[in-house]
Parts: sequence; structure tokens; C-alpha cells
Amino acid sequence: MRWIWIDRILELEKAKRCVAIKNVSLAEDVLHDHFAATDRYPKTPVMPNTLIIEGMAQTAGILVGHANDFAEKVILAKISKARFTAAAYPGHCLRYTASIVRIDRTGASTTGTVERIDPATHESVPLAQIELMFSHIDRSRTNLAFPEHNFVFTDQLIDLLRQSGFAPAPGSTPAPGAIPTR
Amino acid sequence: MAETAEQVFDSVQEVLVDALGVDDEEITPQAKLVADLGAESIDFLDIVFRLEKAFGIKIDQSEMFPDNVLNDPQYVQDGKVTDTGMAELRNRLPHANLDEFDASRDVDDFSNVFTVDTVVKFVQTKLE
Repeated sequence: MRWIWIDRILELEKAKRCVAIKNVSLAEDVLHDHFAATDRYPKTPVMPNTLIIEGMAQTAGILVGHANDFAEKVILAKISKARFTAAAYPGHCLRYTASIVRIDRTGASTTGTVERIDPATHESVPLAQIELMFSHIDRSRTNLAFPEHNFVFTDQLIDLLRQSGFAPAPGSTPAPGAIPTR
Repeated sequence: MAETAEQVFDSVQEVLVDALGVDDEEITPQAKLVADLGAESIDFLDIVFRLEKAFGIKIDQSEMFPDNVLNDPQYVQDGKVTDTGMAELRNRLPHANLDEFDASRDVDDFSNVFTVDTVVKFVQTKLE
């Protein structure tokens, strides 16, 4: 299953900032249920806000993981704030900008904005403000044991980085420090 | 300029309201972060980050909420904190009132040590 809610990374500044885009498409099944037609209303496809938060979690999660060369298992631990001021419809492009507010050995907090861009007019509308907390779970206070391998930064996210021009050449193993900023 | 106890409390209140999504009036000095205000483990990190920003100080999470004492067999036996463990906790947590916890010493009760007042006192020691 694909659970990648960003299409391309545009900027990645180590431990500071990550910018990603996502194109909202009617080819995505989820839009047909959100919202399906009812007796009173016709079908209204809208990008679900929960998945916009997931897109920010992936953008910010890559930023937090990259800060430590993907050595940590970075898990979304808390949605501190998510405020939406507009909605995204099929054909819109979402632009996620995530910044690290604070990072230490146990986790990180991030803040970010989501804009909705209309490719027809290039108009950009602020869509959401999202603040997140991430935990480096091996260092969390839960004292639970997690698998050795890094199940967060799997091929899916590393491929996305590579396709966006930020990762090592195909075939080479991502090594600590090997992923350059563009 | 040194902040008064009241100013520290007001800023701590704001931090806890934002971090825990609770109302102002729930933040009393005696309120327990976990039992009364619903704090979970990640919230402790959130609180630390927000305190750093609010007061312009640097805090290691383990300074305020030591997490390794209760995992150490030297300090805990059969779910109870030993005499050595209590001494270590008093040493590590001069900002906390451990008297009530000393009566039970049950590790499951340890989170009750962290009240709003504990956070205020901790911040005050960092500001001194």
C-alpha cells in the first residue's frame, strides 16, 4: 500500500526547513467518499483535512529524520495545533512548508503552513497552520522496545527523496550524511 | 529583571494550556500534570520545549522529569523505590515535593510528583 501524501520535495535545508508539494487528484479514491452524494447534496470531493495533516507529518517527518541522517525512528507523537482556513479541491496543488522549532535527542517540534495553489491562476491561498511533535521513539519515555531496522524511513520515503533530487544515486545505500541538500 | 513568582506562574499556566489543551482555571498549583491535566509522555517534551521558548532557558528533559532513575534496579525493587532511590530522586528533583510519594514509593504513583507547582519551582531554579 502507498501511504505517501506528498508528491515531491522542493527544498530541504538540514534541520531547518522542508518544502513539499502534493497535487490533489480525482484519481484518488478517498476523494470519492469525501464527500459522497447524499439525498440532499451532490458529490463534493474535498481533500480530507486529516490527510493534509498526514502530508505535513511526512514533510516535517522527513525534515526531522534528515536532521540526524535518518538514524532515528521519527514518529508523529502529537498534533499540537491544526487550524484550517480553506479547503482543497481536485486540481489544486498543496504546498507544505515545515520548519523545526526545536529538536533534541528525544524528539522535535515543528511548525508549518499549507498553501493551496490554483494552477490555472497561480493564486496561492493560505489553507492551514499545523504544529506537530515528533518522538525519537528509541529514546522515548515509554521504555518499549522497537525493531532494530528503521521502519519509518523505508524505501517509500527514501525513493521520494531520490526522485526529488535529494538522495544518493540508485543502488547506493543511504549512508549517514550521504543525502545532500539540493 | 527577575520575574516574580506570579509572573512565572502566569507563563507556566500559558505553556500548560497550550501544551495540554486545558482551560486556564484547571491550572492550579496543586494540579497533577498526568492525573488531573491528562499529560502523556510526549507532552513532557512539549512542555520542556515551550518552557525553553517562554523563559529563554535551556532545559534537558531529564532535568525536570528524570526518566532513568525508575528503570534502574539499584533504585527500584518490586515496584517500590528503595532508600537509595529516594535519595537519588531528592538529589535530582530539588524542585519537587517528594514527601507524599515517599509514603507509598510505588513507581506507579511517581507521576503524581509532577504538579504545576513543581514546574513553577523548577523554572524558578533555572532563572536564578
